[in-house]
Amino acid sequence: MSVVKLDGLVALLEGFPALTGVDLTVNAGEILFVKGPNGAGKTTLLHLCAGLIQPKDGTGLILGHDLSSERTAIRKRVGLLSHSSGLYRDLTVLENITFWTQIAGVEQSEIDSRISWALERMELDSKLQNQKVRSLSAGQIRRTSLAVFIVRRPDLWLMDEPHAGLDQEGRQIVDDLIEESVAAGATAIVASHDFERVLKLSTRVVTLSGGAVVGVEHEGNQ
Amino acid sequence: MKRLFADIGLITGKDLKIELRSRVLINQVAPFALMILVLFGIALDADQQSLKNFASGLFWISVLLCALMAISRSMTIERDDEALVGLNLSGVDPIAIFLGKTCAIAIQLLVLEIFLGVGIILLYRSEVEDLWLLVSTGLFACIAVSALGTIFGFLASGLGVRETLLPILLLPLLLPVLIGATRAFDDALGVAAVNGWNWFAFVAGLTVILTAVGAGANHLMAEN
Repeated sequence: MSVVKLDGLVALLEGFPALTGVDLTVNAGEILFVKGPNGAGKTTLLHLCAGLIQPKDGTGLILGHDLSSERTAIRKRVGLLSHSSGLYRDLTVLENITFWTQIAGVEQSEIDSRISWALERMELDSKLQNQKVRSLSAGQIRRTSLAVFIVRRPDLWLMDEPHAGLDQEGRQIVDDLIEESVAAGATAIVASHDFERVLKLSTRVVTLSGGAVVGVEHEGNQ
Repeated sequence: MKRLFADIGLITGKDLKIELRSRVLINQVAPFALMILVLFGIALDADQQSLKNFASGLFWISVLLCALMAISRSMTIERDDEALVGLNLSGVDPIAIFLGKTCAIAIQLLVLEIFLGVGIILLYRSEVEDLWLLVSTGLFACIAVSALGTIFGFLASGLGVRETLLPILLLPLLLPVLIGATRAFDDALGVAAVNGWNWFAFVAGLTVILTAVGAGANHLMAEN
């Protein structure tokens, strides 16, 4: 079953064609590694799959929802880890995670257990939990963003440079989380320059250049 | 509907908590408001009676100028680290985002109105003749300003328009609120022979329209 199905997708960013006709299918349970030079369209592709960009041309289905007309439904089921932290600097780590868990509509009975699980997985100890995001290091902010990302338990993981800013231990945690989520039924699309690391995880590799898919390789771990 | 109100409460609570932590209202906006009152008084070089007569207008101009700061700050919170993208992705109703942000700005403006109200009583020797008219107009007008400010704040963010354009876009559209609220305050402070409650009704009507239009517009913007 395909989770992502894009046919001739064209997307504009401030009037310029960032994606120039992408054909791509991602099946359930895949870990798709998207590679390509800067400006190839990797981030735009992830934003498009998250329902944040209205396609200019072509058709697309994400988790069975139409990319042109059902973007609200798509947004509820995908998670996007982007370059920006998406956090509120004047709130503490715990307040941020609690806010994003509640606003995502997680059942009240599940909120505490999910937050504890996310904090534990990202190794955010009680001292860090009560610190304002403003006072954290880049790596700690990234771990907090990842905790916010995983606490929602999205069906489709869209990750833009997920290892950026993390130490070796943090990178391993991210790898483990991706593999565990896929084993639990999720699908992941990972854009990264960390070729060797992501290649070990991925089931397929797609190369983007100039806003189009220029290569698909089945050289991943399957 | 229950979820909508819960989300509005979450977003309002989050914004107010951030405001309490950063203290922008207390440390920057309130002193700015006080300076406006004092500077207007000096610039007009007026006697006490003239200041009393102009108090309503000066009060609302001060509120609008401070509102620009509060709106700008409210949008910066969401834009700084792209938290707004997270809100859009969380599946929360865009109407809840709009109303939550509007409520938070309105509460801050209410605090500021109380501060400025005390200011015009102390500095301009204004006397309150109809407290209910004053309170009702203050409440509705600040919601109207917050609603229009929020929608233009989102519009400016969405279009990538510079923050400095916000006053140019917003202030002309706030003119009817300024006129209505000033007339109602003139009556409440006993400086003009107008029917203040008619002007209050005008402001209340504008508030309902602006809030409804803002909620609808934000829904459309989030979709597109």
